[in-house]
Amino acid sequence: MNFPSELQYSRSHEWLRTEDGAAVVGISDYAQDSLGDVVFINLPQEGDEVQAGEPFGDIESVKAVSDLVSPVTGVVCAVNEALLDSPELVNQDPYDAWLIKVESVSGTEEMLDAAEYEAFCAQCGEEG
Amino acid sequence: MKLLFEKSVPGRRCDILGRCDVDYVPVPEGFGREEPLPLPELSEVDLSRHYTELNQRVHGVNCGFYPLGSCTMKYNPRIDEDMAALPGFTGIHPLAPESAVKGCREALDTAARYLREISGMDAMTFQPAAGAHGEFTGVLLIKQYHDSRGDTGRTKIIVPDSAHGTNPATAAMCGYQVVNVPSAPDGCVDIEALKAVLGDDTAGLMLTNPNTVGLFDENILEITRLVHQAGGLCYYDGANLNAVMGVVRPGDMGFDCIHMNLHKTFATPHGGGGPGAGAVGCKAFLAEFLPHSALAEEPGHIQVRAFHGNFLIVVRALTYLMSLGREGIPEAAQNAVLNANYLMERIKGTFRPAYDRVCMHEFVLDLSSYKKETGVSALDVAKSLIDYGMHPPTMYFPLIVHEALMLEPTETESKETLDWAAEIFRRLYDLGHTDPAYMHAAPHHAQIGRPDEVRASRNPVLRWEEA
Repeated sequence: MNFPSELQYSRSHEWLRTEDGAAVVGISDYAQDSLGDVVFINLPQEGDEVQAGEPFGDIESVKAVSDLVSPVTGVVCAVNEALLDSPELVNQDPYDAWLIKVESVSGTEEMLDAAEYEAFCAQCGEEG
Repeated sequence: MKLLFEKSVPGRRCDILGRCDVDYVPVPEGFGREEPLPLPELSEVDLSRHYTELNQRVHGVNCGFYPLGSCTMKYNPRIDEDMAALPGFTGIHPLAPESAVKGCREALDTAARYLREISGMDAMTFQPAAGAHGEFTGVLLIKQYHDSRGDTGRTKIIVPDSAHGTNPATAAMCGYQVVNVPSAPDGCVDIEALKAVLGDDTAGLMLTNPNTVGLFDENILEITRLVHQAGGLCYYDGANLNAVMGVVRPGDMGFDCIHMNLHKTFATPHGGGGPGAGAVGCKAFLAEFLPHSALAEEPGHIQVRAFHGNFLIVVRALTYLMSLGREGIPEAAQNAVLNANYLMERIKGTFRPAYDRVCMHEFVLDLSSYKKETGVSALDVAKSLIDYGMHPPTMYFPLIVHEALMLEPTETESKETLDWAAEIFRRLYDLGHTDPAYMHAAPHHAQIGRPDEVRASRNPVLRWEEA
């Protein structure tokens, strides 16, 4: 399992990094592994507002449909359109397959660093 | 296997229709088809063999054990079908004069009376087509109630995170914002989390009790009291009614409205796409908003479907209710609970129950540690069960349990069947430790191995086309 140290992580298994002043959001390796083969991703549109801690889309695997929870509050300025046709990219490289970019960020959820998040995932696994 | 269209031979016929005994009326000029419909042309024996072949490729309650959790795959007595096939019920038309359908009316009224008694509600409609439609109707009752009082600031419906997916979907379809409340570690509603989200904007709460992990929420009276105190209403999802029917009434738990899956709890074969019946009941103060047939005498009716809904499903439910009677209905519920607990106890020591306490009509196994030890997943175990002629349990649901297998044996299974099933679970538990590769490739003896679910989801082919 891969936990890149340059990223921040939410307890709902999204990762976050900053790039050219925008917040870039994706899902973690642990999340894609738990979900299994992703078959559909439903993303917001550019210009939509997202709220920290609130769903901004959903992701469907063969097992289940799960909410995608935004780690930040702001306005969507880019959407990774490639995922709509090729959702499997999230399984292949979850840290390259970003979901949305958010600008005008006015709030952020409490985030974990890579080491804290790795410990959090280990705990999730033990609880079952 | 080939489709009917692929078996078609031009000119082959199947004379199953009797001679037409009324005059032919020609289709007006310009409205007729220019070419015949491209329907398959087959003989009766072709057709019979086709459906028999299909039948051999599926698993129904009549084939064997079917512990599909959350689905209540009980055996459906034949007498229900016999009654629903009576010409007096099948040969009627909803617009027939009142004098010609008195018996049907009585059947509907009697079924409504029994179901009001079981649910603890004051009024009932049979219009909704099935469960999700019933939920939609029920939550619209809540909306109508608030709107009728000018209480328009109530925009949120609270749903526990263990709920069936239809609950949040229903609330969203009714225009509500869905508020998820996390479950407590015991799988029940977290009272403090509930209190935190209740407020002036609470329209209502949707709940099933026993809940989705098969546990009866002992705080139910406190939960419904808190929601009422905040000005919201309580909706009972009747999905799990089989565990408590005739024993405890949702109306007495504090719920204001309910839907019941008549096709599920009251014994119509289900799982094949319908028809179903999602009877909706409510307390007297909501009765004015209840939909009913346009044939009812009062003006200004609300309708969610034509006439009386799927009438023959109500006839089946009525037959079931009358066959079991006042003693039999609670006994069925008690046996459903007993069977689930017996099977859980027999499996214990191998696969681990997610909640180690007395369950209701179903229980959830948590295979996450087993998967860690052996690499064998819940999916592998489910697929392996097919080789033994058992329908797999529900997999990966509820979402709050990882590697979940959810078993609901129902009341209609014997001790012998449960012993056999437990033995197979124990055998597979051991097999995962000795030969996991074999289980990764299961089923080995079924007509259909592992369909490519990923490809089917990503590139669904929904329409047959001539090669």
